[in-house]
Amino acid sequence: MAATIEAPELLVGQPIRRREDPKLMTGSGNFLDDIRLPGMSYAAILRSPVAHARITSIDTTKARNMPGVIGVFTGEDLADVNPLPCAWQAAGVENNVATPRLLALGEVRQVGDPIAVVVAESVYQANDALEGIEVDFEELQAVVDSREAVKPGAPQLHENAPNNIVMHWTCGADAETVDKALAGAEVRVSQSVANQRLIPTAMEPRGSVGLYEPATQEYTLWATSQAPHVHKLVVAAFVLGIPEQKIRVIAPDVGGGFGSKIFVYFDMPLVLWLSKALGRPVKFFEDRTENYLHTTHGRDHHTDIEIGATKDGKITALKVSTLANLGAYLSTVAPGVATTLYGRMVAGCYKIPNIHVDVKGVYTNTAMVDAYRGAGRPEATFVIERACDLVADATGVDPAEVRRRNFIQPADFPYDTGIGMLPYDSGNYVPALDLALQHAGYASLLEQQAARRANGGRKLLGIGVSSYVEVCGIAPSKWIGLSGEGWGAGLWESADVRVYLTGKVSVTSGSLPHGQGHETTFAQIVADRLGVPYDDIEIEHSDTKGTPFGFGSYGSRSLTVGGTAIYKSVDKVVEKAKLLAAHMLEAAPEDIVYENGKAWVKGSPDAVKTIQDIALQAHVAYDLPSGMEPGLEAVTYYDPPNCTFPFGTHVCVVEVDRDTGNVEIIKYVGVDDVGNVINPMIVDGQFHGGIAQGIAQALYEGAVYADNGELITATMNDYAIPKASMLPTYELDRTVTTTDVNPMGAKGAGEAGTIGSTPAVANAVVDALSHLGVKHLDMPYTPERVWRAMQNGNA
Amino acid sequence: MFPNQFEYQRPDSVQAAAGLLAADPDAKLLAGGHSLIPAMKLRLASPSSLVDLGGIEGLVGIDAAGTIAIGAMTTYAMLRDSRELSRVLPMVTDAADNVGDPAVQARGTLGGALAHSDPAADFTAIFLALNGSVDVTGTNGTRTIGADDLFVDLFTTALQPDEIITSVSFPAPDSGTGMAYEKFRHPASGYAVVGVAAVVTTGSDGNVASARIAITGAPSKATRASESEQLLQGKKLNDESIAAAAAAAANGLDINGDHFASEEYRRHLVGVLTGRALTRAAAGM
Ligand SMILES: Cc1cc2nc3c(=O)[nH]c(=O)nc-3n(C[C@H](O)[C@H](O)[C@H](O)COP(=O)(O)OP(=O)(O)OC[C@H]3O[C@@H](n4cnc5c(N)ncnc54)[C@H](O)[C@@H]3O)c2cc1C
Repeated sequence: MAATIEAPELLVGQPIRRREDPKLMTGSGNFLDDIRLPGMSYAAILRSPVAHARITSIDTTKARNMPGVIGVFTGEDLADVNPLPCAWQAAGVENNVATPRLLALGEVRQVGDPIAVVVAESVYQANDALEGIEVDFEELQAVVDSREAVKPGAPQLHENAPNNIVMHWTCGADAETVDKALAGAEVRVSQSVANQRLIPTAMEPRGSVGLYEPATQEYTLWATSQAPHVHKLVVAAFVLGIPEQKIRVIAPDVGGGFGSKIFVYFDMPLVLWLSKALGRPVKFFEDRTENYLHTTHGRDHHTDIEIGATKDGKITALKVSTLANLGAYLSTVAPGVATTLYGRMVAGCYKIPNIHVDVKGVYTNTAMVDAYRGAGRPEATFVIERACDLVADATGVDPAEVRRRNFIQPADFPYDTGIGMLPYDSGNYVPALDLALQHAGYASLLEQQAARRANGGRKLLGIGVSSYVEVCGIAPSKWIGLSGEGWGAGLWESADVRVYLTGKVSVTSGSLPHGQGHETTFAQIVADRLGVPYDDIEIEHSDTKGTPFGFGSYGSRSLTVGGTAIYKSVDKVVEKAKLLAAHMLEAAPEDIVYENGKAWVKGSPDAVKTIQDIALQAHVAYDLPSGMEPGLEAVTYYDPPNCTFPFGTHVCVVEVDRDTGNVEIIKYVGVDDVGNVINPMIVDGQFHGGIAQGIAQALYEGAVYADNGELITATMNDYAIPKASMLPTYELDRTVTTTDVNPMGAKGAGEAGTIGSTPAVANAVVDALSHLGVKHLDMPYTPERVWRAMQNGNA
Repeated sequence: MFPNQFEYQRPDSVQAAAGLLAADPDAKLLAGGHSLIPAMKLRLASPSSLVDLGGIEGLVGIDAAGTIAIGAMTTYAMLRDSRELSRVLPMVTDAADNVGDPAVQARGTLGGALAHSDPAADFTAIFLALNGSVDVTGTNGTRTIGADDLFVDLFTTALQPDEIITSVSFPAPDSGTGMAYEKFRHPASGYAVVGVAAVVTTGSDGNVASARIAITGAPSKATRASESEQLLQGKKLNDESIAAAAAAAANGLDINGDHFASEEYRRHLVGVLTGRALTRAAAGM
């Protein structure tokens, strides 16, 4: 290469510090509750104290006359407003859809159901006035457990859902075929497992601010949102019936979501409706208990597993039957999560010839359940990874070896599991397993365990292995959409890349962050590909006015789908830049080389036009090739050809206190393969957080309802989210298997940590107790539960 | 998370504070606020008025020469960081380091902890095991309440509505004394699921001259494990006597259970932690 062209310092692959952090860490972020509009008023919600009741009367007279109160409204006042829609129903089967209204009308079905709203001059006055509303209930029986809810005689939640069944969905081979394979298996194991209900607990709870401007009839909604464009569409077209162009949705800085902020919630249309009715901007911001009671929960599966295998541990058949508790109503995408993202992933990393999956969605008097970090794949991975250990236990084959013997092989990709998932794009599972076992010192751990058991020590050692594959970058529209998996729209993303006259760059992205670091990662891609300084690039997002449409951030899809839209827009900009450079250099376009922000004629690297020169020429526009439009900008609507399938193996080592049942993680190894990595520090961060949540499911977290529907774990005093001091140091490593689904060869990293970790911890705890006769234990492994298992195991 | 309306007052003397309490039965003292304010935000407590002790001089400080005297408004952080205290009452500095998190330690006070009598608090058990006492002032003057008389029930003490704890005293431990606090933390709240404080003194003959063992978390108020204490009296402190004391620790205790830890499990933990606390106390003599 000629002297004038410097070797590029590529940013992709570098642990660039997050450009978002100075703002967030100096308290300069702008979160929902920071928003102050002139004339702001404040909404507080009266929520049902009972889980199931008919509302016989509501008297708001006293509240209306309390200090500062501007308005009080009940479900009757909003009777004309549509209920919220369910946008992803289970495909190919009937769904008995019951979705929430903005405020309850006639009946409440969970503790926390919104009954009335008070709007007042201050948030204190609004909350005080809630005590001035009198509601009479005729209480009904409640049911909180999905296994009880489907029994004859159980309390019924919705007229259109007999036996509280939302839908009954199956996938894979038919049940008879799989039954036959199970009957013929050399080894057969069955086990019931629970994947307990979790509460997402984002650092920032949810809220919304609504502003209606009568002069222009425009609505603006600020919302703690992972998907502002979708919220705009749904609130406008499906709930309030207002023209889509008259509404703007802004997601300010959002303090995490883990899925819980994907969905459309009652308060989003409500604050807009209230603002129009009262002529004031209206803010609603839930407190932590409201968040726990009524923002969506995750998981809550009860599953019967039957698995058949050969004596040497080859899995020959798998039958999975699940009750998915979806709560009191359907949240935005709940049925799809319990079916497509769960049932179609139960094969995990393994070649299993006969699989049948049966899922029933169930209504209960509990908070709605919807996607929570991993969304379906943690539940699927837990099933298959526990099943692998059950096979190991029944056959005497080492658990790591069971996995190795059943892995899909590199030559099998793209691999079709036969249960309706798109083909796994690429994978190489053995090296990740080997590396994880090596980091953990697996052989020596097994020896230590045998020695401790022989000595009868009071600290039991347990080793757990979990190999996972998950599905990221959920798309393409044709597969996921209504005619395919039932999602009510496509799942493409779009992005616009604009180079200004001065050579500075704005990227407007439909994809947006709620803490992940999109601004950094996206700018790294643009800097390399376009060849402009990193600091010259601004990533704009989160405001529907000024950004192209996007379906939102979830399913580890921002980089692979949204990032690819940016990547392709940059390429289009470069194409145009080359045409213009050819004109400026008086050469044929096909002779132009473009690298690192510079264009030259092949063989003449001394005469260079920089992207800044080209951008200037494109904008002043007095000397353009004939037919070329001014400006230097391109937009891409990107719909990928497939999903991506990252994978890995996690190994967890625990010590169980024989006297108290307390579990301590003494070693944690994660080897993950997310394809090519744009920013390794950000990917590590995603794994740290993901593993923390996965460990927390295994050891600490679990929403507990009393039989009468009261949420016992309604505060952080009772619901145990993990503190840093409760978590081990993670030893992380990676293998790299690229994908050709997108040009960056990247797979997605947002959820894999959560997916891979929970079963590793679960398998470790069960392993620690296995010599006492314990074959399975339901999570969370609270000290008492473990202690009881040891008592029953009787050693 | 929005408290009801309340007045706020900041008197500059204990007598003035007692007067404000006497004048308004719905007024409450405010110390570190780390029990009271969360309760107000949940509207579990709705005092008409807060009487802040923060403006009164002389309520903060540690005097560890001879009898140990600690001002009621002394925070956990001050206890935790006190070198002199760690020499005479190492259990106190240890336990302070184990309360909540650093933010709680920076605000929460010893007086507040004792006056609140939370069934899962740490310092109620520490106070009981160390045979402390509190000096209190009310509109009728001052008095001293001993360790065994302060805690009445769940969130209830022997304090009169207008009485204020001004200082907390602990006798200087005799030589041959070992002490330890064992806490089984709740993973959500950080409070004690069960906590056991043990203070044991052996005489020149090597036998136990006095043993005080106090249990928190399990019963509705911090309670002494009297049977265990008696079992140890006059015995050598060894594996055998410790095991016997541990086995008896929950006897006679009325133990609470909840979804996280049942009565049976807490009863079991009382035994395990009593054994551990005594073992550590023995090692520290
Ligand atoms: C997140 C969190 C975690 C915690 N974890 C723990 C833990 O692990 N272990 C533990 O023991 N505690 C824990 N606590 C409670 C903490 O220790 C409290 O601060 C303490 O129990 C009360 O002290 P305070 O100074 O904050 O009292 P305040 O909250 O101000 O007052 C508590 C009560 O005592 C009364 N009062 C206060 N001072 C006096 C006085 N001098 N005389 C008479 N009455 C008085 C008040 O009127 C009020 O009724 C935790 C608290 C929080 C918020």
